[in-house]
Amino acid sequence: MGTATAETKKGAEGAEAIRAILEAHPGAGRDALIPILQEVQEQQGFLSKEAVVQIGRHLKLPASKIYGVATFYNQFRFQPKGKYHFMLCRGTACHVKGSQRLLASIVKLLSLQPGQTSRDRLFSLEVVACMGACGLAPVVSVNGEFYAKVTPRKLAEMIQECRQKELANASN
Amino acid sequence: MFEIEVDGRKVQANEGETVLTALRRDGVQVPTLCHMEGLPPSGACRMCVVEAEGMPALVPSCSYPVAPGMKLKTRSPKVLAARRTVLELLMANHPDDCLYCSRSGKCDLQKLSQELGVSQRRFQGGRSRQDSDVSSPSIIRDPEKCVLCGKCVRVCEEIQGVSAIDFVGRGSRSHVGTAFDQGMNVSSCVNCGQCILVCPTGALAERSYVDRVIAALSDPTKTVVVQHAPAVSVTLAEEFGVKPGTDVDGRMVAALRRVGFKKVFDTSFTADLTIMEEGSELVHRVKTGGALPMLTSCSPGWIKFIEQFYPELLPNVSTCKSPQQMMGALIKTFWAGREKLDPANIVSVSIMPCTAKKFECGREEMGRGGVADVDYVLTTRELGQLLRIFGVDLASVEPEAADTPFGERTTAGKIFGASGGVMEAAVRTAHVLLTGEEMGDLKIQPLRGQKGIKELHAKFGELEVGAAVVSGLGNARKVLDEVRAGRKDLHFIEIMTCPGGCVGGGGQPIGTDPQKVRARMQALYQIDRDEPVRVSHKNQQVQRLYDEFLGKPLGEKSHHLLHTHYHKREVLV
Repeated sequence: MGTATAETKKGAEGAEAIRAILEAHPGAGRDALIPILQEVQEQQGFLSKEAVVQIGRHLKLPASKIYGVATFYNQFRFQPKGKYHFMLCRGTACHVKGSQRLLASIVKLLSLQPGQTSRDRLFSLEVVACMGACGLAPVVSVNGEFYAKVTPRKLAEMIQECRQKELANASN
Repeated sequence: MFEIEVDGRKVQANEGETVLTALRRDGVQVPTLCHMEGLPPSGACRMCVVEAEGMPALVPSCSYPVAPGMKLKTRSPKVLAARRTVLELLMANHPDDCLYCSRSGKCDLQKLSQELGVSQRRFQGGRSRQDSDVSSPSIIRDPEKCVLCGKCVRVCEEIQGVSAIDFVGRGSRSHVGTAFDQGMNVSSCVNCGQCILVCPTGALAERSYVDRVIAALSDPTKTVVVQHAPAVSVTLAEEFGVKPGTDVDGRMVAALRRVGFKKVFDTSFTADLTIMEEGSELVHRVKTGGALPMLTSCSPGWIKFIEQFYPELLPNVSTCKSPQQMMGALIKTFWAGREKLDPANIVSVSIMPCTAKKFECGREEMGRGGVADVDYVLTTRELGQLLRIFGVDLASVEPEAADTPFGERTTAGKIFGASGGVMEAAVRTAHVLLTGEEMGDLKIQPLRGQKGIKELHAKFGELEVGAAVVSGLGNARKVLDEVRAGRKDLHFIEIMTCPGGCVGGGGQPIGTDPQKVRARMQALYQIDRDEPVRVSHKNQQVQRLYDEFLGKPLGEKSHHLLHTHYHKREVLV
């Protein structure tokens, strides 16, 4: 199967899955937008253009409005997550412990802004308000695994580790 | 009706109205940036605050209702300081490049700064660095100049029913953008330009082609000709400070010649031609059971709208090209042949009240062999600019007539510029086509005026005819939804993108004041009242064009040059 047809198939499956979510909200109005966006993101990992149009048809809302609402909240992303999804906490405790510096260094290390995914789909970066692990501040998680008391140096090592894992995989 | 107290004076107020309405009626000038007459208040900008006795904080007059016995202060030190601070904060991250701004002199922000006496920068905000969106052939957006008043978002959604743009992001990153922050060219924007008319700053402007037209005019290998739309002659004078509703048709023609256009043609000529073609098409559809109601096709914003939002109704759209494009096609075929010119060496410019026409002239349907029928479209505002650059004084030139063979027009073609005008012109001619007789009274009052939806039900001989006239695309949605739901009593619907029709077009002098639009309409109807030839089928030059070149309406040549089909358009809606 070529990549193009694989993408099409994936798109069709995605549309089907979104349809199922929308059918669970029959006759929904604009007040159902945020729960639906959350469910779709939960299912798809992000909000694609196609998904937004599909949701818009169901709720009779223009795509611009849905995008406007979704960009208001940090939780929504518009690019698929990378293989290694970094979440950086910017809550109060982490801020006091220097998460601003961490953010600056991870943006530089990955060449990514929060919400973005690298072109090779390896890394993605998300900034969250609080991960509820203030005792471990500053906290960064990779694919749900928490790293405590992170420093810029440690961050660089974490990223390096991911890259090496990938190199090992590639040579096998 | 009850009394309120304003700065110690007794003022009459009406139950249910806002403080702003009462104050303005009383002649109190209240500054606003986000207020839009006729729409619910949004209270976004806070420029209009006043002091209301008993209230802990200042209240926004635009959204605060009057109450009996209310005591207001509109110019207390607290009010004046608050307004000025609001303005200074809005200006804190403004680029301040008024010298280079197309809106300078017509900018609400600039005006308020002068009126409130701001003479130095008090707050130095981090200047927002955002790229301009120059992707659209019609509209340029410069987000750095945006004050987030939201008027463009509201006009796009609440008046036009398009919603191409909305607020995106949050806090200091808030901006106005399209879905997924894509370029306007791939958004659902229909290029109507109503957002430009309501923008208080230079954040929105038309894409200007003035420089390219000047370059063409100075190129000796090119023959540069121009056409001007019916609604331009009654608005151009406003660009030079003359009161709305002043017709300067002859002076404008003379001015265009002075600028250097070889020929000046009148788009009202092809409006008359449109009536011949579209009227025949309507009669053909009625007699042969074609798709009804037939929808007009003159307004390019509306065409993009139906392509995106109601593609299943595209068979109902008249196949006639717009008058601009009919003129363009005739210039580069018939006229080029007559003058023995290579169409590639003709530069065809049109002066339009419209920003969507800039998009229309670049559509792939609108040309042949890689040569566009219309090369550059200038708005009324850009024509004002061009005349200023060339130092042509509109007030002192002697009126002249447009050129043959596309210079003659009837008043039926001229009233195309007002919402209802196409229908009125069409009914006048269709009456003759269907009954063989001229109408007794040519004035059709139900089709005139500024209402967003107007209807006419009349009998033509045996035939009951239902017609609707719609302006503003939000209104178009209402009527199209009825048609889609099975409404059957309408044969013909005129749809104009902009409220009031082309006299309120997105390329007209800045602002959407209904009084101004009304004065422009009246100027067109005045022309219709004063002149003798008021039906399109009596345009002698149109008749000659049929005799010498086109043959007959809906004939072979017409089919190739004057008609086209539109298709479903995929955009993020």
